[in-house]
Amino acid sequence: MTLDVATVDMTARIGSLTLPNPLMTASGCAAAGRELHQFFDVGELGAVVTKSVMTAPRSGRDTPRMAETDSGMLNSIGLQGPGIDAFVEKDLAWLREVGARAVVSIAGSSVQEFRDLAARLADEPGVAAIEVNISCPNVANRGLVFACEPTSAASVVAAVRAVLPPTIPLLAKLSPDVTDIVEIAAACVSAGADGLTMINTLLGISIDVDRMRPRLAGLTGGLSGPAVRPVAVRCIWQVQAAMLAGRLPTVPIVGVGGVRTGLDALELVLAGACAVQVGTVAFHDPSAPLRVRDELAKAVQERGFSSFMDAVGHAHRVLATAEGTR
Amino acid sequence: MSVPSSRRPGGPVQVAGRIISVRRVGAYQHLTILAPGVAETARPGQFVALAVGGERTGMLLRRSFSIHKVTPTGVYGGTVDVVVADAGRGTHWLTTRGVGEPVDVVGPLGRAFPLPKTPEACVLVGGGYGTAPLFWLADVLRERGCRVDIILGAASEDRLFGVLEARRSSTTSTVTTDDGSAGTKGRVTNVLGEVIDRADASVVYACGPMAMLRAVTDVATAHGAVAQVAVEESMACGIGICMTCVMPVEGPDGQTRMLRSCVEGPVFRGDTVRWESWQDGIGRVPDDCVGAAAMRSH
Repeated sequence: MTLDVATVDMTARIGSLTLPNPLMTASGCAAAGRELHQFFDVGELGAVVTKSVMTAPRSGRDTPRMAETDSGMLNSIGLQGPGIDAFVEKDLAWLREVGARAVVSIAGSSVQEFRDLAARLADEPGVAAIEVNISCPNVANRGLVFACEPTSAASVVAAVRAVLPPTIPLLAKLSPDVTDIVEIAAACVSAGADGLTMINTLLGISIDVDRMRPRLAGLTGGLSGPAVRPVAVRCIWQVQAAMLAGRLPTVPIVGVGGVRTGLDALELVLAGACAVQVGTVAFHDPSAPLRVRDELAKAVQERGFSSFMDAVGHAHRVLATAEGTR
Repeated sequence: MSVPSSRRPGGPVQVAGRIISVRRVGAYQHLTILAPGVAETARPGQFVALAVGGERTGMLLRRSFSIHKVTPTGVYGGTVDVVVADAGRGTHWLTTRGVGEPVDVVGPLGRAFPLPKTPEACVLVGGGYGTAPLFWLADVLRERGCRVDIILGAASEDRLFGVLEARRSSTTSTVTTDDGSAGTKGRVTNVLGEVIDRADASVVYACGPMAMLRAVTDVATAHGAVAQVAVEESMACGIGICMTCVMPVEGPDGQTRMLRSCVEGPVFRGDTVRWESWQDGIGRVPDDCVGAAAMRSH
């Protein structure tokens, strides 16, 4: 069956947040939406997830801060940004103006900074959700981020949850560079996370074999792109399986990692994601976020689902049925 | 991919382009790409970002090329010409494309060369295929009554681009090569001061490698001319969302910021660029740059 325009119900629900569709930009891959708005109306997305903002303006790291790898890229931007005040004044105001739902990503170098940023945003109109970036590999203590340790992850989540009104969902963005992601997920959920975003980039190094030295000025960078998608699917799968087994309370999972087509997005959805973020592929194809939305809708409909939410986690049910009949 | 889109008049569009002509020029490949909507609004100094490798490619990042020339009113629609050096996997893919093959195009991108409001004498300097956008610029300047002198430089004769076009589009054209295989032996800056003085030029436009742009800025400034340089920073997206092509540029307020060369450039006033920041292939964030302090604390 081929369909030009899918008619399936694509409404996505993330806790108390209802979105017209599950497609979001991924933090750090869309700035604050303004540049992509030249190519499509960002208000048509489920949400725009903004680049992680910190308290003060940041210059970012030395250059080169990007290296293309096979089906992926490394970046070591270092959270370059204008700081929270300029973000609220310019970027958040603009997103409100064009009618986009803003999921604001915040990053802190301390629990206190996370709390202050969240408090600053708590009363701002137009914040659909907060995503805490506890897993950026490009800040100090690289590779030893909050999301690598359950107690640290939980302390950030609890501090942010305490200053946010219950109407604003809190998503914790997790790193795949951990021994047991279920343990970190459980710590975040018990500390009050309303949802989990998986995954952030993986820490990597690329070496220029002609110059025989690392290609990034900052040496290490975060790996993203299609190369990491199986890792994202695995993380979502493991956490969703643990939720189904009752090893942690069930909360929504927002999937991110290497999605470039609707079928890529569907993989994350079938593993348990009830929303999908599109990241690195936007560098390749600025129209990708909306294209993936439409391709996903078509793929969901072609598989006989009457609504998008019915497809969430479906691969677990298929497996359970298969095992039950064995 | 490639839904033709244009949401802002004069802004960039993403279009399914098609190669309609391929020519070998010295060490380079000259491509003419049918890209409706790009040529119509483009100005000299702007660039296009091309997807490479085909639909399922593992090469994710676009390759950016300054626009050599445009033909807004071709038989099938507007075309843009770019000059490509086979220098890596992505450019190799592009230089091996044949006529009729599809190429996804985003453009026109970036800030164009600012043009003088009154007729001024201008010197145009290009290194290697960095000369590509200069001839179109020369035509536009001459339409405004400007005197145009062109200097082309390269490592060797086969790396020169546009020697004949330069003769056609300028009052004088000068060629330099590092090895002396064509023109004057040496760098473009060996002859630049003399050309500025002879033409009594007030503006120098340049495009080429960073080291050349720095040297051109120094000579231009010393000879009383303003340098407008188009930088060749590597860009992942070309549209301002990835933050990889940044470089330190001093603003009118005296503050240095890490600006995106794709949207705040690629053309900058040479004397605002903090050239001393580059060393051994690394671009350091200056200590006095806005936001540098926050990087040190965490």
